[in-house]
Amino acid sequence: MVTEKEVQHIAGLADIGINTEELAEFTSRFNAILDYFDVLDRVQGEGAVSCDLSNVMREDVVEPSLPQAEVLKNAGAQEDGFIKAPRVM
Amino acid sequence: MAAHEITFEPDDRYNAFLTTCNKAPHGDGKLGGIAVAVKDNISTKGIETTCGSKILKGYIPPYDAHVVDLLKQSGAAIAGKTNMDEFGMGTTTENSSFGPTLNPCDITRVPGGSSGGSAAAIAAGMVRMALGTDTGGSIRCPAAFCGIVGLKPTYGRVSRYGLIAYANSLEQIGPMAQNVSDVSLLMQVIAGHDRRDTTSYNKPYTHIPSPDIKGIKIGIPQEYFGQGVDNNVAEVTKRAIFRLEELGATTVPCSIPSMEYALAAYYVTCTSEASSNLARFDGVRYGPAADTKKSWHDAYREVRESNFGTEVRRRIMLGTFALSSGYYGKYYAKAQVARENIKKDFSRIFSEVDVIAGPTMPTIAFKFGEKSDPLSMYLADILTVPANLAGIPAISVPCGTVEGMPVGLQIMGKPFEDERVVDVACAYEQVVSR
Repeated sequence: MVTEKEVQHIAGLADIGINTEELAEFTSRFNAILDYFDVLDRVQGEGAVSCDLSNVMREDVVEPSLPQAEVLKNAGAQEDGFIKAPRVM
Repeated sequence: MAAHEITFEPDDRYNAFLTTCNKAPHGDGKLGGIAVAVKDNISTKGIETTCGSKILKGYIPPYDAHVVDLLKQSGAAIAGKTNMDEFGMGTTTENSSFGPTLNPCDITRVPGGSSGGSAAAIAAGMVRMALGTDTGGSIRCPAAFCGIVGLKPTYGRVSRYGLIAYANSLEQIGPMAQNVSDVSLLMQVIAGHDRRDTTSYNKPYTHIPSPDIKGIKIGIPQEYFGQGVDNNVAEVTKRAIFRLEELGATTVPCSIPSMEYALAAYYVTCTSEASSNLARFDGVRYGPAADTKKSWHDAYREVRESNFGTEVRRRIMLGTFALSSGYYGKYYAKAQVARENIKKDFSRIFSEVDVIAGPTMPTIAFKFGEKSDPLSMYLADILTVPANLAGIPAISVPCGTVEGMPVGLQIMGKPFEDERVVDVACAYEQVVSR
């Protein structure tokens, strides 16, 4: 069982925000889903998923890319041709 | 390239479109002048692309997805962007931030999801064909619920460049249309290698559907007709398979024991991938702006809490939990072992049969609000997720009705034998139309 406190902790890790009104319902549904996931405890076998893919590498050379103005067009805040983000410090 | 223009002003009473392009330019070619709708999680240069989410409201992609490039090169007119469950997370299109799409067969029922807008637009005759995406059934489910045809191609066959990612290892872009030949035609245009998607294979699709299925072996997995599958849906599907036998196919009973944990493996995998993929939506580079005066955790949390819907937040949290230290081994690692077991089950069965057939969905389309708790909604995906976990091609073709609502026949094939599932669907379609 995951507690409301743990749900809040996960919401914090994911920067998702969760308000007190929805916490109880979120927690009970979370637990119902996790209970269902317990079927995975019965899985036998080993190893990672096999696939026929191989690494795709290329030389580190500059290729055409979008002009700066295009890249900035959707950004919420800009300054001097850069995207402005919330403060980190 | 865009020498001409079509006028596209549909009566969208089903809320199938989020954006319509009233004057849609087009060129000449295989799809010259044909109006094609594009699901709203596929990037279209200069046309708003929201993934059905408020967090991308107003986002205008500066580039086209590879498939959209290919559509334009083939002369198609991009008619608009179709409604969807937010970021593809849902089975009904009820999770769209912009209101649900209605099922044209019965407006009190959901069209299925997450590509519900694409399916409804086709079923209502607004467009001849559309692109959808399928992470755990999101093309096949709405195709089945709305009575149209939808193909989830083999993983790697269609480039995902420009598809706004939800669960990279599972999802594919695929064609949807009224009939198998249009699905096949659209597949011809979108399949092929693209170096910008590192999981892309060089397997172009040039196939013309053939209804000749004499001698092919069809596996019938008992799990597709067992617990949780509506009896009437199972009956209609069995009758459809019987028609295929009349056309010269033989059926072989089989079993997919790993189905027991397929759904859990799917939901652990897709939510884990989503928790990483959706971290990019923070109001900095696109979408509603974050308050840059606040500290970054506060600013991101505010934007994400107020702009992501409940189901998206739930899945991000499930994935964050499944990947967190202490739980990784119990959930994510086990899900990957389960996934490998599912692939092995399919490869064992495919050593004896050519295709596998069963219902696409365990029931007909739900009434709006019928699946109010998330787990019961997840359970509806049980018959579609195995193909995504294994990366194999799967098509849904209408095969009859229950209570007046369409039922889909699902045909799954060996990896890169998309042509074969198309042929079986074509054979069935030709029987019905006779």
